[in-house]
Amino acid sequence: MRLYAVVAAGQFRRFATYRTATAAGVFTNTVFGFILAYTYVALWDERPQLGGYDMSQALSYVWLGQALLMTCSMMGGGFEDELIERIRTGDIAVDLYRPADLQLWWLAGDLGRAAFHLLGRGIVPMLVGSLAFDLALPSSPGIWMAFLLSVALGVVVSFAIRFLVALSAFWLLDGAGVAQMAWLAGMFFSGMLLPLTLFPGVLGDVARALPWSSLLQVPVDVFLGKYPGWELVRAYAFQAGWAVALLLVGRMVQSVATRRVVVQGG
Amino acid sequence: MADTTGAVEVAGAADASGGRPAQWPEEVFVRRPRFVEGVRAYGLIAMMWLRSTMAYRASFALTVFGNFAATAFDFVAILLMFSHVDRLGGYTLPEIALLYGVSGTAFGLADLLLGSMDRLGARVRDGTLDTLLVRPVPVLAQVAADRFALRRLGRVFQGVLVLGYALVVLDIEWTPLKAAMVPMMLLSGAAVFGALFVAGAAFQFVAQDAAQVQNAFTYGGNTLLQYPPSVFAKDLVRGVTFVVPLAFVNWLPALYVLGREYPLGLPDWVAFLPPVVAGLFWLPAGLGWRAGLRAYRSTGS
Amino acid sequence: MEAQTPTGFIELDQVEKVFDVRRKTGFMRGERHRVRAVDSISFRVARGEMVGYIGPNGAGKSTTIKMLTGILTPSGGRLRVAGIDPSRERTRLAHRIGVVFGQRTTLWWDLPLRDSYRLMHRMYRIPDARYRENLERCVELLDLGELLDVPVRQLSLGQRMRGDIAAALLHDPEVLYLDEPTIGLDVVSKSRVRGFLRDLNAERGTTVLLTTHDLTDIEQLCKRVMVIDHGRLMYDGALAGLHEVGESERTLVVDLERQLPPIRLESAPSVRTVKVEGPRQWLAFPASESAAPLVARIAADYPLVDLSVREPDIEAVIAKMYESAGGM
Repeated sequence: MRLYAVVAAGQFRRFATYRTATAAGVFTNTVFGFILAYTYVALWDERPQLGGYDMSQALSYVWLGQALLMTCSMMGGGFEDELIERIRTGDIAVDLYRPADLQLWWLAGDLGRAAFHLLGRGIVPMLVGSLAFDLALPSSPGIWMAFLLSVALGVVVSFAIRFLVALSAFWLLDGAGVAQMAWLAGMFFSGMLLPLTLFPGVLGDVARALPWSSLLQVPVDVFLGKYPGWELVRAYAFQAGWAVALLLVGRMVQSVATRRVVVQGG
Repeated sequence: MADTTGAVEVAGAADASGGRPAQWPEEVFVRRPRFVEGVRAYGLIAMMWLRSTMAYRASFALTVFGNFAATAFDFVAILLMFSHVDRLGGYTLPEIALLYGVSGTAFGLADLLLGSMDRLGARVRDGTLDTLLVRPVPVLAQVAADRFALRRLGRVFQGVLVLGYALVVLDIEWTPLKAAMVPMMLLSGAAVFGALFVAGAAFQFVAQDAAQVQNAFTYGGNTLLQYPPSVFAKDLVRGVTFVVPLAFVNWLPALYVLGREYPLGLPDWVAFLPPVVAGLFWLPAGLGWRAGLRAYRSTGS
Repeated sequence: MEAQTPTGFIELDQVEKVFDVRRKTGFMRGERHRVRAVDSISFRVARGEMVGYIGPNGAGKSTTIKMLTGILTPSGGRLRVAGIDPSRERTRLAHRIGVVFGQRTTLWWDLPLRDSYRLMHRMYRIPDARYRENLERCVELLDLGELLDVPVRQLSLGQRMRGDIAAALLHDPEVLYLDEPTIGLDVVSKSRVRGFLRDLNAERGTTVLLTTHDLTDIEQLCKRVMVIDHGRLMYDGALAGLHEVGESERTLVVDLERQLPPIRLESAPSVRTVKVEGPRQWLAFPASESAAPLVARIAADYPLVDLSVREPDIEAVIAKMYESAGGM
């Protein structure tokens, strides 16, 4: 357990060294936050209460999206490129002989990265957003805590998906195509484009049931207090269910892939 | 010193009489206009990249599609919005599609031609910029042509598609002038975005890790222009009219085509300014590039 | 137009390069201080000379090369290459120089070697006949015939270096700068590259300036060597002189059949055994002496299995220079 804590802390520190890049990213998130916020204002002006949100809730949705974009890796940019590269070059064989579990090793690292991105890339855009617009912020510390837990679950789901994407490199020579498809799905089904409650009919039902909704839609709804009482547990169960299921699939694929490496000798 | 337009200058101890002592070229250095040289070099390098990508044909098709789909999502979001409302900021879907199509196509063209310039910071960091500086062609052209990728056509296709939809559906009383506005918008719009790419790259000479800042203006600007100006706060509209002239990409000229009122009470004739504004905007961008390159050559980092 | 002085093809007068370096002292805080990467260097290189330019890492070698190629602008002094001020007329100079960066290939990774050469042909506007002639010569002398249609990513390091050297020569540069041309190459590739450079210099009179960490490069190629350290020119002269000044030593590594006490050779007092590790022993001897008699003597007295000679590294030579000359 200590080992994984060290791995997580290491990744946190690694991302913390990219200061200029972090500042530049915060700037870009903030600019996009403003642009999208104004389009949401126009939309909610026409249709107050659209998708079950009032104006300030809709604006919170925009700024939370910018704040969590990197944390939940909705546009990629986590560990997966590195893992794909290691698989392609064969360095993965070295990782397999480490006295650590491959999946847990990378999960720990990704959690460390996400923690940094939540602080480094999340706080400032959220602060600017709340100064420039009237956002719906939770009043009780309990909801803030509930929100953080939901974000953490979202990061794990996001990791589990990207881990599977990266493992595809064992079979496909060029993992870029799969990575791109996964990236597109993440953009569309996480709610980054528009709240999933605005998706019409069956598309909306499907989108809300897919794992990607754990990345943004569910945490935002927790933030906005949409899950009172036991509803919150059900939301967590949804996220945790996907997390466990996808991690297990990842395990299975990993063991098949490992056998492949051992048989082929790397 | 010879002038810059094509005079022939013979330098050094040239011996053009043939035979073994004349091992070096005639040492004839022909000065050519930098712009022409730059465009030629750009073409040569872009061709090399095209042939390189052909080494990976399968993933090429996939990435063109991915590029198209990723761009199309913006428009899907707008369609989803219009499944709930009839107007956004007082504009109908076809009107917004016109704004979207013009901005998307113009940005797509600039991205196709100059999109790799956001890698400048990376080239400074890993030192490969130096290898470009020992070539006899302008550095700007070499950096711009770096990783030239036809997959970026996906974005152009998508913009053209939406633009086509808008032009078919919109009920516009076409005049020759209005018709001429469409290609004019696309070209000067691409030039405005292109200048932004150059300015962004120039900024990376100063801050090598700040490629993201440029995205805020290029990708962010494109997103902004997909919606009508009536949606945004007055100060933001002022900023993108007078400071970073994004409003000239599509807002002002397209509003003329649509017969709509201008934001900020601007006079009618601003609709015809985009080529002028684009030209003027290249001045600070070009000067910024030169200053950045000079700073690099004096500090080496 | 700049008149060409007969004394030098490359001329540096009191050239210096000062950098403002920011050092991080804490979060968001920095300290500025000035670093003299090149400190008032003057030298002349005549047309057709072949000169080694050596020094430890960070001594100012590559800064000098970057100023000579027009990449960097000097902070002070006067610099001319073929009568041209590199920093002011970078593109004009580019037609007359060739540059090879040892650790950075300029070839196109996914394309056959031939394609990279075609780009050079067009980019430098090399006349067709001359291009064909130069390519043929490089292909023959660098043994590239089999490799022309192979994508560069499939070439070995040595093959790629040969490819890079050819790419730098297609436009008939009058001067060739090589930055670590033999780094990472195997013995065969090294000697092939050296042989080619020697011929190039002898037959075509191309001026060559090369930086290296491998003193053998210098030994086999350059009559003249310049040593730079801390931005200053410490030595400019023949290689033999450098050894005298530096009293550098080479190392003979011998593998014996079994572990034995340190080798002692009565007849060679200048040789001393510096390290013993199992059956392997390290012997230091003056770099100016030949290794052959030494090897013969050891083979006569000891059960020798294998051996190799390690060249003195530049750092050691320069450290010795300081000791013996008191910093000159």
